[in-house]
Amino acid sequence: MTRFTYVRYELLRNFRNWRFLILSLAFPLVLYYSVASANRANGKLQGIAFPLAWMTSMATLGAMASVISSCTVISAERSAGWTRQMRITPLGTGTYFGAKVLAGYLRAILTIALLCAAGLTLGVHMPAQNWAVMIGLLLAGLVPFTVLGILLGHLLASDSSAIALSGTVMIFALLGGVYGFQLAHAGTLLDIIKGIPSFWLAQAGKAALRLGNWPAEGWIVMAAWTAVLLPLAVLTYRRDTRR
Amino acid sequence: MTTGKVPVGGVVLSRLCKSYGQVQAVRPLDLVIAPGETVAILGPNGAGKTTVLDMMLGLTRPDSGSVSLFGMPPARAARAGIISGMLQTGVPVDRLRVRELLTMVASLYPRPLKVDDVLPLTGATAFADRQTNRLSGGQVQRVRFGVALVANADLLVLDEPTAAIDVEGRREFWAAMRQVAAEGKTVIFATHYLEEADAYADRIVLLAQGRIVADGAATEIKAKVSGRTIRATLRGADVTQLAGLPGVTKVERHGEAVTLSTSSSDETVRALLGSFPEARDVEVLGAGIEEAFLALTADENDVPNQVQGAR
Repeated sequence: MTRFTYVRYELLRNFRNWRFLILSLAFPLVLYYSVASANRANGKLQGIAFPLAWMTSMATLGAMASVISSCTVISAERSAGWTRQMRITPLGTGTYFGAKVLAGYLRAILTIALLCAAGLTLGVHMPAQNWAVMIGLLLAGLVPFTVLGILLGHLLASDSSAIALSGTVMIFALLGGVYGFQLAHAGTLLDIIKGIPSFWLAQAGKAALRLGNWPAEGWIVMAAWTAVLLPLAVLTYRRDTRR
Repeated sequence: MTTGKVPVGGVVLSRLCKSYGQVQAVRPLDLVIAPGETVAILGPNGAGKTTVLDMMLGLTRPDSGSVSLFGMPPARAARAGIISGMLQTGVPVDRLRVRELLTMVASLYPRPLKVDDVLPLTGATAFADRQTNRLSGGQVQRVRFGVALVANADLLVLDEPTAAIDVEGRREFWAAMRQVAAEGKTVIFATHYLEEADAYADRIVLLAQGRIVADGAATEIKAKVSGRTIRATLRGADVTQLAGLPGVTKVERHGEAVTLSTSSSDETVRALLGSFPEARDVEVLGAGIEEAFLALTADENDVPNQVQGAR
């Protein structure tokens, strides 16, 4: 009950920020329509029909931005001194993190849903199973990025946090091939890129078409990044509230 | 006063130290506050009040020493929901209505007060449905007070709680505070107003340069701090004899000029003229709070322990 009330108001707070929400939803949507409608007729992206491929690209980008954007919320709370105020209440680390994770995921789900709907309007069609695999893998792949957002929020002041958000999203998207082109196709560079979680996030769409899954490598990369980032996030949260 | 004893429970600070770089914000500091006491931490800006309170709440890690709140370290006391506070900084998060914010905070505590009871107590009823980012400075302060109050915690720590409030707001604030104290809660507040400390605390701990320079019942400290200075010209006076005059707390002599600090100028003047009829140019000067602070602080630097509290 206790946790429920806290989490409920935390979510309410997040979703009352209309401007923030609309901007973060509109950005991938505009990018989707402007690029996909131009290449709708016979365009292909990495061998996949353009509206579908670009839909997964933009859904990935938007979802990634949604969860990382927790950093701006957190750094604003910190600069207001609210984090310290909460620190002397019985609020547990788990509930605090849980609420942040949930808010990020809800934003991400909203983004993914909107882009899927946009895809449908441009004639994207897949069996239900493929949709499920795509969305499922996307959501699983967001875990390390969610933790990254929380970590950045505790590391950065609110002004640098906004820059870090756009920079991080852009770099991860580029390195991981989210925009539909890969930086490498073979060799050491590809091996390095395969160690980046956004590479596997970008693969979610393709995996869906094959009704496949990530290879074990993908899951290991995701788990490894989470395993490294999570303790760091908890550490910065604990350290941050003490001066 | 029973401040000499160490009570079981309550707030116990032992040998607490904190430095920021070269600056010693808090020097080894010992303080014991019994459950149910209302204590003012009085001191000028930069005395270390906030550092002491932050260490008490577990928000600042002391370099050495320990804090015990009702037998627990601060973090555990926080988890148990027995502390709440109004920090010096800390604006309520935005995009929640005042009522929602208080409900959220209340939900975290085991025995919170009803939000509908807290709103009138803090004078926040009129803007209970306004969002927290649309409040004036004084309203924010009331909301912050509400956040501290709704917890219904055993220990309430308030860091300069009336800083941004107008006179009427202050009165309401202290009326509410009295009600809380009357319920047996332990209240610790920092202030740099002697009047506030005197009017609302059972006990005043006077802090200067990170050190406790006086600690005692509000009346005692008030007498000490609001004491007067008597100056006279007196040839060859015996310092020890002067120090023995009623009310005298300190004697200084520079040649024929004698300066006496006193907690009771009437008695001292009478006794002075009785014992030293040759005293000339007798002057009685009032000491303001700032001067009193300076005097106490200067004493502390020159001759440690010259000013002693009731402990």
